[in-house]
Amino acid sequence: MSQAPKLKLAPTPGQTIGPFYGYALPFEKDNELVNQANPNSVRLHGVITDGKGEVIPDSLLEIWQADENGNVISRDGSLVRDGYTFTGWGRTAVDNVGHYTFTTVNPGATEEGKAPFIMLTVFARGLLNRLFTRIYLPEDTAALAADPLLSSLTEEQRKTLIATREEDGSLRFDIRLQGEHETVFLSYPRES
Amino acid sequence: MSTETTKDESFENSHVLDPAATADSQETISKEITSVHEAYRQEVIAGKKAETQPRINFAPYRSSLLRYPTKNLHHVDPETIELCSPAFGQRDVHALESDLTIQHNGEPIGERIVVAGRVLDGDGRPVAGQLVEIWQANAAGRYIHKRDQHPAPIDPNFTGVGRAITGPNGEYSFTTIKPAPYPWKNHHNAWRPAHIHFSLFGTDFTQRMITQMYFPGDPLFSLDPIYQAITDQDARDRLVATYDHSITTHEWATGYNWDIVLTGSNRTWMEDEEGDH
Repeated sequence: MSQAPKLKLAPTPGQTIGPFYGYALPFEKDNELVNQANPNSVRLHGVITDGKGEVIPDSLLEIWQADENGNVISRDGSLVRDGYTFTGWGRTAVDNVGHYTFTTVNPGATEEGKAPFIMLTVFARGLLNRLFTRIYLPEDTAALAADPLLSSLTEEQRKTLIATREEDGSLRFDIRLQGEHETVFLSYPRES
Repeated sequence: MSTETTKDESFENSHVLDPAATADSQETISKEITSVHEAYRQEVIAGKKAETQPRINFAPYRSSLLRYPTKNLHHVDPETIELCSPAFGQRDVHALESDLTIQHNGEPIGERIVVAGRVLDGDGRPVAGQLVEIWQANAAGRYIHKRDQHPAPIDPNFTGVGRAITGPNGEYSFTTIKPAPYPWKNHHNAWRPAHIHFSLFGTDFTQRMITQMYFPGDPLFSLDPIYQAITDQDARDRLVATYDHSITTHEWATGYNWDIVLTGSNRTWMEDEEGDH
Protein backbone atom coordinates (compact mmCIF):
# COMPACT_ATOMS: atom_id res chain seq x y z
CA MET A 1 0.00 0.00 0.00
CA SER A 2 1.31 3.40 -0.90
CA GLN A 3 1.73 6.28 1.51
CA ALA A 4 -1.46 7.93 2.78
CA PRO A 5 -1.73 11.56 1.67
CA LYS A 6 -0.77 14.20 4.23
CA LEU A 7 -3.53 16.04 6.12
CA LYS A 8 -4.29 19.61 5.10
CA LEU A 9 -5.58 20.61 8.54
CA ALA A 10 -4.31 19.63 11.98
CA PRO A 11 -6.93 17.51 13.77
CA THR A 12 -8.62 18.79 16.92
CA PRO A 13 -7.33 16.98 20.02
CA GLY A 14 -9.57 14.50 21.86
CA GLN A 15 -10.26 14.72 25.59
CA THR A 16 -11.62 12.29 28.15
CA ILE A 17 -15.36 11.58 28.17
CA GLY A 18 -15.28 12.40 31.92
CA PRO A 19 -17.79 11.02 34.43
CA PHE A 20 -20.90 13.06 33.65
CA TYR A 21 -22.20 11.87 30.26
CA GLY A 22 -25.10 9.96 31.83
CA TYR A 23 -27.95 12.18 30.62
CA ALA A 24 -26.32 12.91 27.25
CA LEU A 25 -25.07 9.76 25.58
CA PRO A 26 -27.10 6.72 26.72
CA PHE A 27 -30.54 6.39 25.09
CA GLU A 28 -33.38 3.89 25.02
CA LYS A 29 -32.38 0.55 23.43
CA ASP A 30 -28.90 1.97 22.74
CA ASN A 31 -27.32 -1.49 23.04
CA GLU A 32 -30.04 -3.35 21.09
CA LEU A 33 -28.91 -3.41 17.44
CA VAL A 34 -31.62 -6.05 17.02
CA ASN A 35 -34.51 -7.04 19.23
CA GLN A 36 -33.74 -9.89 21.66
CA ALA A 37 -36.71 -11.74 20.16
CA ASN A 38 -35.00 -11.84 16.77
CA PRO A 39 -34.12 -15.53 16.22
CA ASN A 40 -30.68 -14.54 14.91
CA SER A 41 -29.89 -12.24 17.82
CA VAL A 42 -26.56 -12.78 19.55
CA ARG A 43 -25.43 -11.45 22.90
CA LEU A 44 -22.02 -9.78 22.80
CA HIS A 45 -20.77 -9.19 26.32
CA GLY A 46 -17.78 -8.96 28.62
CA VAL A 47 -16.09 -6.90 31.30
CA ILE A 48 -13.68 -3.99 31.07
CA THR A 49 -10.82 -3.81 33.55
CA ASP A 50 -7.89 -1.55 34.43
CA GLY A 51 -4.22 -2.21 35.18
CA LYS A 52 -5.03 -3.68 38.60
CA GLY A 53 -7.75 -5.92 37.21
CA GLU A 54 -10.44 -3.70 38.77
CA VAL A 55 -13.56 -3.16 36.69
CA ILE A 56 -14.20 0.22 35.05
CA PRO A 57 -17.88 0.97 35.67
CA ASP A 58 -17.76 4.47 34.20
CA SER A 59 -16.81 3.58 30.67
CA LEU A 60 -18.89 3.83 27.52
CA LEU A 61 -18.55 1.48 24.55
CA GLU A 62 -19.69 1.69 20.95
CA ILE A 63 -19.78 -1.00 18.28
CA TRP A 64 -20.08 -0.61 14.51
CA GLN A 65 -20.48 -3.61 12.24
CA ALA A 66 -21.81 -5.09 9.01
CA ASP A 67 -25.03 -7.11 8.90
CA GLU A 68 -25.18 -10.91 8.75
CA ASN A 69 -24.48 -10.87 5.01
CA GLY A 70 -21.47 -8.61 5.29
CA ASN A 71 -23.28 -5.53 4.01
CA VAL A 72 -22.30 -2.19 5.48
CA ILE A 73 -25.53 -0.45 6.41
CA SER A 74 -26.25 3.23 5.89
CA ARG A 75 -29.66 3.74 7.49
CA ASP A 76 -30.70 6.27 10.10
CA GLY A 77 -32.71 5.32 13.15
CA SER A 78 -29.99 4.31 15.59
CA LEU A 79 -31.05 6.86 18.24
CA VAL A 80 -34.79 6.19 17.85
CA ARG A 81 -34.94 2.47 17.25
CA ASP A 82 -38.07 1.06 15.63
CA GLY A 83 -37.15 -2.53 16.50
CA TYR A 84 -36.98 -3.58 12.83
CA THR A 85 -34.24 -1.51 11.18
CA PHE A 86 -30.69 -2.79 11.59
CA THR A 87 -28.34 0.21 11.59
CA GLY A 88 -25.09 -1.55 12.52
CA TRP A 89 -24.23 0.83 15.35
CA GLY A 90 -24.81 0.62 19.09
CA ARG A 91 -23.69 2.20 22.34
CA THR A 92 -23.74 1.12 25.96
CA ALA A 93 -22.70 2.51 29.31
CA VAL A 94 -20.92 -0.24 31.24
CA ASP A 95 -22.80 -1.32 34.38
CA ASN A 96 -21.77 -0.96 38.05
CA VAL A 97 -19.76 -4.18 37.97
CA GLY A 98 -17.91 -3.30 34.76
CA HIS A 99 -20.01 -5.57 32.55
CA TYR A 100 -21.46 -4.67 29.17
CA THR A 101 -23.97 -6.32 26.82
CA PHE A 102 -24.97 -5.66 23.22
CA THR A 103 -27.76 -7.53 21.42
CA THR A 104 -26.69 -7.85 17.81
CA VAL A 105 -26.12 -10.32 14.97
CA ASN A 106 -22.96 -12.08 13.84
CA PRO A 107 -21.48 -9.84 11.16
CA GLY A 108 -20.77 -11.48 7.81
CA ALA A 109 -17.45 -11.07 5.98
CA THR A 110 -17.44 -7.74 4.11
CA GLU A 111 -15.34 -9.34 1.37
CA GLU A 112 -15.03 -13.01 0.49
CA GLY A 113 -12.42 -14.78 2.58
CA LYS A 114 -12.05 -11.90 5.05
CA ALA A 115 -12.39 -12.59 8.77
CA PRO A 116 -15.57 -10.93 10.08
CA PHE A 117 -15.11 -8.49 12.95
CA ILE A 118 -17.01 -5.86 14.92
CA MET A 119 -15.34 -2.49 15.41
CA LEU A 120 -15.21 -1.36 19.06
CA THR A 121 -14.56 2.10 20.50
CA VAL A 122 -13.77 2.59 24.18
CA PHE A 123 -14.34 5.79 26.16
CA ALA A 124 -13.80 6.14 29.92
CA ARG A 125 -13.12 8.63 32.62
CA GLY A 126 -9.36 8.55 33.12
CA LEU A 127 -8.85 7.66 29.46
CA LEU A 128 -7.67 10.84 27.74
CA ASN A 129 -8.59 9.78 24.20
CA ARG A 130 -10.79 7.12 22.63
CA LEU A 131 -9.40 3.69 21.82
CA PHE A 132 -10.27 1.55 18.82
CA THR A 133 -10.06 -2.21 18.50
CA ARG A 134 -11.60 -5.14 16.62
CA ILE A 135 -13.70 -8.02 17.95
CA TYR A 136 -13.13 -10.98 15.61
CA LEU A 137 -15.60 -13.86 15.43
CA PRO A 138 -13.86 -17.13 16.35
CA GLU A 139 -15.32 -19.53 13.75
CA ASP A 140 -13.60 -18.97 10.41
CA THR A 141 -10.14 -20.16 11.39
CA ALA A 142 -8.80 -20.06 7.82
CA ALA A 143 -9.82 -16.43 7.44
CA LEU A 144 -8.42 -15.61 10.88
CA ALA A 145 -5.10 -17.23 9.91
CA ALA A 146 -4.96 -15.12 6.74
CA ASP A 147 -5.93 -11.84 8.44
CA PRO A 148 -3.20 -9.20 8.01
CA LEU A 149 -3.69 -7.65 11.46
CA LEU A 150 -3.87 -10.92 13.39
CA SER A 151 -0.88 -12.31 11.48
CA SER A 152 1.23 -9.37 12.61
CA LEU A 153 0.61 -10.09 16.32
CA THR A 154 2.11 -12.49 18.84
CA GLU A 155 -0.08 -15.39 19.90
CA GLU A 156 -0.86 -13.70 23.20
CA GLN A 157 -1.81 -10.40 21.54
CA ARG A 158 -3.87 -12.20 18.91
CA LYS A 159 -5.99 -13.89 21.60
CA THR A 160 -7.05 -10.50 22.96
CA LEU A 161 -8.90 -9.70 19.71
CA ILE A 162 -10.81 -12.94 19.12
CA ALA A 163 -14.12 -13.35 20.94
CA THR A 164 -15.06 -16.63 22.62
CA ARG A 165 -18.27 -18.37 21.55
CA GLU A 166 -20.19 -19.49 24.63
CA GLU A 167 -22.47 -22.52 24.81
CA ASP A 168 -25.62 -20.46 24.39
CA GLY A 169 -24.21 -18.78 21.27
CA SER A 170 -23.14 -15.56 23.02
CA LEU A 171 -19.90 -13.85 22.14
CA ARG A 172 -17.64 -13.08 25.09
CA PHE A 173 -15.09 -10.29 24.69
CA ASP A 174 -13.28 -8.83 27.69
CA ILE A 175 -11.42 -5.54 27.43
CA ARG A 176 -8.23 -4.98 29.42
CA LEU A 177 -6.96 -1.43 29.19
CA GLN A 178 -3.66 -2.18 30.89
CA GLY A 179 -1.53 -4.98 32.32
CA GLU A 180 -1.57 -8.71 31.78
CA HIS A 181 -3.35 -9.72 28.55
CA GLU A 182 -3.71 -6.04 27.66
CA THR A 183 -6.07 -5.72 24.69
CA VAL A 184 -4.39 -4.69 21.42
CA PHE A 185 -5.65 -1.23 20.48
CA LEU A 186 -5.35 0.19 16.99
CA SER A 187 -4.22 3.30 15.15
CA TYR A 188 -5.08 4.09 11.54
CA PRO A 189 -3.45 6.10 8.73
CA ARG A 190 -4.01 9.87 8.66
CA GLU A 191 -4.50 10.43 12.39
CA SER A 192 -2.03 13.33 12.36
CA MET B 1 -22.93 14.58 54.90
CA SER B 2 -25.65 12.07 54.10
CA THR B 3 -24.99 8.34 54.06
CA GLU B 4 -25.80 8.25 50.39
CA THR B 5 -23.14 10.83 49.58
CA THR B 6 -20.51 8.94 51.56
CA LYS B 7 -21.35 5.70 49.83
CA ASP B 8 -21.19 7.35 46.47
CA GLU B 9 -17.79 8.85 47.09
CA SER B 10 -16.31 5.62 48.37
CA PHE B 11 -17.66 3.88 45.27
CA GLU B 12 -15.84 6.36 43.08
CA ASN B 13 -12.60 6.22 45.06
CA SER B 14 -12.43 2.46 45.27
CA HIS B 15 -12.39 2.09 41.52
CA VAL B 16 -10.53 5.06 40.28
CA LEU B 17 -8.60 7.23 42.58
CA ASP B 18 -5.93 6.44 45.08
CA PRO B 19 -7.42 8.26 48.14
CA ALA B 20 -3.93 9.66 48.79
CA ALA B 21 -3.98 11.37 45.42
CA THR B 22 -6.38 14.04 46.64
CA ALA B 23 -3.68 15.09 49.11
CA ASP B 24 -1.39 16.29 46.32
CA SER B 25 -1.10 20.05 46.03
CA GLN B 26 -1.63 22.07 42.87
CA GLU B 27 2.09 22.87 43.05
CA THR B 28 2.98 19.17 42.83
CA ILE B 29 0.63 18.64 39.88
CA SER B 30 1.86 21.78 38.10
CA LYS B 31 5.49 20.69 38.53
CA GLU B 32 4.72 17.33 36.95
CA ILE B 33 2.94 19.03 34.04
CA THR B 34 5.87 21.39 33.48
CA SER B 35 8.32 18.53 33.48
CA VAL B 36 6.41 16.56 30.79
CA HIS B 37 6.00 19.71 28.69
CA GLU B 38 9.68 20.60 28.98
CA ALA B 39 10.70 17.11 27.83
CA TYR B 40 8.32 17.47 24.87
CA ARG B 41 9.81 20.86 23.92
CA GLN B 42 13.28 19.31 23.85
CA GLU B 43 12.01 16.52 21.56
CA VAL B 44 10.50 19.07 19.18
CA ILE B 45 13.77 21.02 19.13
CA ALA B 46 15.50 17.73 18.28
CA GLY B 47 13.17 17.39 15.27
CA LYS B 48 10.20 15.38 16.52
CA LYS B 49 6.89 16.00 14.76
CA ALA B 50 4.44 18.17 16.73
CA GLU B 51 1.86 16.22 18.73
CA THR B 52 -1.81 16.85 17.94
CA GLN B 53 -3.51 14.62 20.53
CA PRO B 54 -3.35 14.34 24.32
CA ARG B 55 -0.93 11.88 25.88
CA ILE B 56 -3.00 8.95 27.15
CA ASN B 57 -0.20 8.27 29.63
CA PHE B 58 -0.27 11.51 31.62
CA ALA B 59 0.41 11.01 35.34
CA PRO B 60 -0.77 14.46 36.56
CA TYR B 61 -4.29 13.25 35.64
CA ARG B 62 -4.37 10.64 38.40
CA SER B 63 -7.37 8.69 37.08
CA SER B 64 -5.36 7.88 33.96
CA LEU B 65 -2.67 5.88 35.79
CA LEU B 66 -4.33 2.47 35.51
CA ARG B 67 -6.43 3.21 32.45
CA TYR B 68 -4.01 3.77 29.58
CA PRO B 69 -2.64 0.95 27.39
CA THR B 70 1.08 0.52 28.06
CA LYS B 71 1.74 -1.04 24.64
CA ASN B 72 1.97 1.15 21.54
CA LEU B 73 -1.18 1.34 19.47
CA HIS B 74 -0.93 -1.22 16.68
CA HIS B 75 -1.00 0.42 13.27
CA VAL B 76 -3.47 -1.18 10.88
CA ASP B 77 -4.86 -0.41 7.43
CA PRO B 78 -8.61 0.09 7.69
CA GLU B 79 -11.01 -2.42 6.13
CA THR B 80 -14.49 -1.92 4.69
CA ILE B 81 -16.46 -1.36 7.90
CA GLU B 82 -13.80 1.00 9.26
CA LEU B 83 -14.05 3.17 6.15
CA CYS B 84 -17.74 3.88 6.75
CA SER B 85 -19.82 5.45 9.51
CA PRO B 86 -23.31 4.98 10.87
CA ALA B 87 -25.95 7.27 9.36
CA PHE B 88 -28.01 9.68 11.47
CA GLY B 89 -30.84 11.91 10.33
CA GLN B 90 -34.04 13.71 11.20
CA ARG B 91 -35.49 10.45 12.50
CA ASP B 92 -32.78 10.48 15.17
CA VAL B 93 -32.55 14.13 16.19
CA HIS B 94 -35.24 16.79 16.39
CA ALA B 95 -34.22 20.30 15.31
CA LEU B 96 -35.15 21.70 18.74
CA GLU B 97 -32.60 19.48 20.48
CA SER B 98 -29.86 21.99 19.63
CA ASP B 99 -31.44 24.57 21.96
CA LEU B 100 -30.55 23.65 25.56
CA THR B 101 -32.49 26.63 26.94
CA ILE B 102 -36.00 25.44 25.97
CA GLN B 103 -36.08 21.94 27.44
CA HIS B 104 -38.07 22.85 30.56
CA ASN B 105 -40.92 25.12 31.59
CA GLY B 106 -38.76 28.08 32.54
CA GLU B 107 -35.63 29.85 31.33
CA PRO B 108 -32.36 28.51 32.72
CA ILE B 109 -30.27 30.92 34.77
CA GLY B 110 -26.97 32.18 33.40
CA GLU B 111 -25.32 33.81 30.43
CA ARG B 112 -27.14 32.72 27.24
CA ILE B 113 -24.66 31.86 24.47
CA VAL B 114 -24.64 30.44 20.96
CA VAL B 115 -21.80 28.07 20.04
CA ALA B 116 -21.57 27.59 16.29
CA GLY B 117 -19.02 26.25 13.86
CA ARG B 118 -18.27 23.54 11.35
CA VAL B 119 -17.16 19.92 11.48
CA LEU B 120 -14.43 19.29 8.90
CA ASP B 121 -12.18 16.36 8.08
CA GLY B 122 -8.40 16.49 7.91
CA ASP B 123 -8.62 17.47 4.23
CA GLY B 124 -10.80 20.47 5.06
CA ARG B 125 -13.93 18.87 3.62
CA PRO B 126 -17.19 19.48 5.50
CA VAL B 127 -18.67 16.54 7.39
CA ALA B 128 -22.34 16.88 6.42
CA GLY B 129 -25.38 15.19 7.94
CA GLN B 130 -23.52 13.77 10.93
CA LEU B 131 -24.37 13.61 14.61
CA VAL B 132 -22.97 16.10 17.15
CA GLU B 133 -23.79 15.56 20.83
CA ILE B 134 -22.93 17.93 23.68
CA TRP B 135 -23.21 17.96 27.46
CA GLN B 136 -22.11 20.43 30.10
CA ALA B 137 -22.41 21.81 33.62
CA ASN B 138 -24.86 24.63 34.39
CA ALA B 139 -24.05 28.27 35.15
CA ALA B 140 -23.08 27.28 38.72
CA GLY B 141 -20.74 24.47 37.66
CA ARG B 142 -23.13 21.64 38.49
CA TYR B 143 -24.00 18.64 36.31
CA ILE B 144 -27.27 16.74 36.45
CA HIS B 145 -25.65 13.49 37.55
CA LYS B 146 -25.99 11.40 40.70
CA ARG B 147 -22.25 11.40 41.19
CA ASP B 148 -21.74 15.14 40.90
CA GLN B 149 -21.54 16.07 44.59
CA HIS B 150 -20.38 19.65 44.10
CA PRO B 151 -22.56 21.74 46.48
CA ALA B 152 -23.63 24.20 43.78
CA PRO B 153 -27.29 24.62 42.84
CA ILE B 154 -29.01 22.43 40.28
CA ASP B 155 -31.01 24.52 37.80
CA PRO B 156 -34.43 22.88 37.36
CA ASN B 157 -34.62 24.47 33.91
CA PHE B 158 -31.30 23.16 32.61
CA THR B 159 -30.25 19.57 31.89
CA GLY B 160 -27.19 20.55 29.86
CA VAL B 161 -27.62 18.05 27.01
CA GLY B 162 -28.01 18.78 23.29
CA ARG B 163 -27.82 17.14 19.87
CA ALA B 164 -27.64 18.34 16.28
CA ILE B 165 -27.16 16.98 12.77
CA THR B 166 -24.57 18.94 10.77
CA GLY B 167 -25.73 20.89 7.72
CA PRO B 168 -24.47 20.50 4.12
CA ASN B 169 -21.35 22.56 4.91
CA GLY B 170 -20.68 20.72 8.16
CA GLU B 171 -22.22 23.53 10.18
CA TYR B 172 -23.77 23.17 13.63
CA SER B 173 -25.19 25.66 16.15
CA PHE B 174 -26.18 25.21 19.80
CA THR B 175 -27.99 27.72 22.01
CA THR B 176 -27.06 27.15 25.64
CA ILE B 177 -25.91 28.70 28.93
CA LYS B 178 -22.25 29.39 29.60
CA PRO B 179 -21.02 26.65 31.95
CA ALA B 180 -19.00 27.51 35.07
CA PRO B 181 -15.78 25.91 36.31
CA TYR B 182 -16.20 23.21 38.96
CA PRO B 183 -14.04 21.44 41.55
CA TRP B 184 -12.95 17.81 41.22
CA LYS B 185 -10.89 15.37 43.20
CA ASN B 186 -7.70 14.92 41.19
CA HIS B 187 -5.73 16.84 43.82
CA HIS B 188 -6.34 19.36 46.60
CA ASN B 189 -8.22 22.45 45.35
CA ALA B 190 -8.46 21.11 41.78
CA TRP B 191 -10.80 23.05 39.43
CA ARG B 192 -11.74 22.29 35.84
CA PRO B 193 -11.80 25.19 33.37
CA ALA B 194 -15.33 25.83 32.05
CA HIS B 195 -16.00 23.49 29.13
CA ILE B 196 -18.61 21.84 26.92
CA HIS B 197 -18.17 18.15 26.04
CA PHE B 198 -18.52 17.38 22.31
CA SER B 199 -19.06 13.95 20.73
CA LEU B 200 -18.43 13.71 16.97
CA PHE B 201 -18.72 11.30 14.06
CA GLY B 202 -17.02 11.52 10.67
CA THR B 203 -17.44 9.74 7.36
CA ASP B 204 -15.16 6.91 8.54
CA PHE B 205 -15.75 5.36 11.98
CA THR B 206 -11.99 5.75 12.62
CA GLN B 207 -12.69 9.52 12.88
CA ARG B 208 -14.96 9.04 15.90
CA MET B 209 -13.96 11.38 18.71
CA ILE B 210 -15.03 12.91 22.02
CA THR B 211 -13.46 16.13 23.21
CA GLN B 212 -14.04 19.29 25.27
CA MET B 213 -14.44 22.87 24.06
CA TYR B 214 -13.08 25.61 26.31
CA PHE B 215 -13.66 29.38 26.53
CA PRO B 216 -11.03 31.98 25.68
CA GLY B 217 -8.80 33.35 28.44
CA ASP B 218 -9.76 30.86 31.17
CA PRO B 219 -7.37 31.40 34.11
CA LEU B 220 -7.56 27.68 35.00
CA PHE B 221 -5.95 26.43 31.76
CA SER B 222 -2.39 26.20 33.10
CA LEU B 223 -3.53 24.34 36.23
CA ASP B 224 -5.68 21.66 34.58
CA PRO B 225 -4.09 18.24 34.00
CA ILE B 226 -6.78 17.17 31.50
CA TYR B 227 -6.25 20.18 29.22
CA GLN B 228 -2.49 20.09 29.75
CA ALA B 229 -2.33 16.39 28.78
CA ILE B 230 -2.06 17.93 25.32
CA THR B 231 1.64 18.80 25.35
CA ASP B 232 1.65 21.10 22.33
CA GLN B 233 0.45 24.72 22.74
CA ASP B 234 -0.90 24.97 19.17
CA ALA B 235 -2.86 21.76 19.71
CA ARG B 236 -4.24 23.01 23.05
CA ASP B 237 -5.34 26.25 21.37
CA ARG B 238 -7.49 24.20 18.97
CA LEU B 239 -9.84 23.34 21.85
CA VAL B 240 -10.53 27.00 22.68
CA ALA B 241 -13.52 28.69 21.03
CA THR B 242 -13.25 32.26 19.72
CA TYR B 243 -15.62 35.04 20.75
CA ASP B 244 -17.40 35.97 17.49
CA HIS B 245 -19.51 39.12 17.37
CA SER B 246 -21.09 38.01 14.10
CA ILE B 247 -22.64 35.08 16.01
CA THR B 248 -23.71 37.33 18.88
CA THR B 249 -27.33 38.44 18.47
CA HIS B 250 -28.84 41.80 19.46
CA GLU B 251 -30.25 41.76 22.99
CA TRP B 252 -30.30 37.94 23.07
CA ALA B 253 -27.06 35.91 23.27
CA THR B 254 -23.29 36.24 22.94
CA GLY B 255 -21.65 34.07 20.28
CA TYR B 256 -18.66 31.74 20.10
CA ASN B 257 -17.18 30.06 17.06
CA TRP B 258 -15.50 26.67 17.24
CA ASP B 259 -14.58 24.55 14.23
CA ILE B 260 -13.72 20.91 14.76
CA VAL B 261 -11.29 19.03 12.53
CA LEU B 262 -11.49 15.24 12.53
CA THR B 263 -8.65 12.98 11.40
CA GLY B 264 -8.26 12.24 7.70
CA SER B 265 -10.73 10.01 5.87
CA ASN B 266 -9.10 6.92 4.39
CA ARG B 267 -11.94 5.97 2.07
CA THR B 268 -11.21 8.26 -0.88
CA TRP B 269 -7.50 7.67 -1.28
CA MET B 270 -7.76 3.91 -0.69
CA GLU B 271 -10.54 3.61 -3.29
CA ASP B 272 -8.52 5.70 -5.75
CA GLU B 273 -5.59 3.38 -5.20
CA GLU B 274 -7.72 0.29 -5.85
CA GLY B 275 -8.83 1.92 -9.09
CA ASP B 276 -5.20 2.23 -10.17
CA HIS B 277 -4.60 -1.52 -10.30
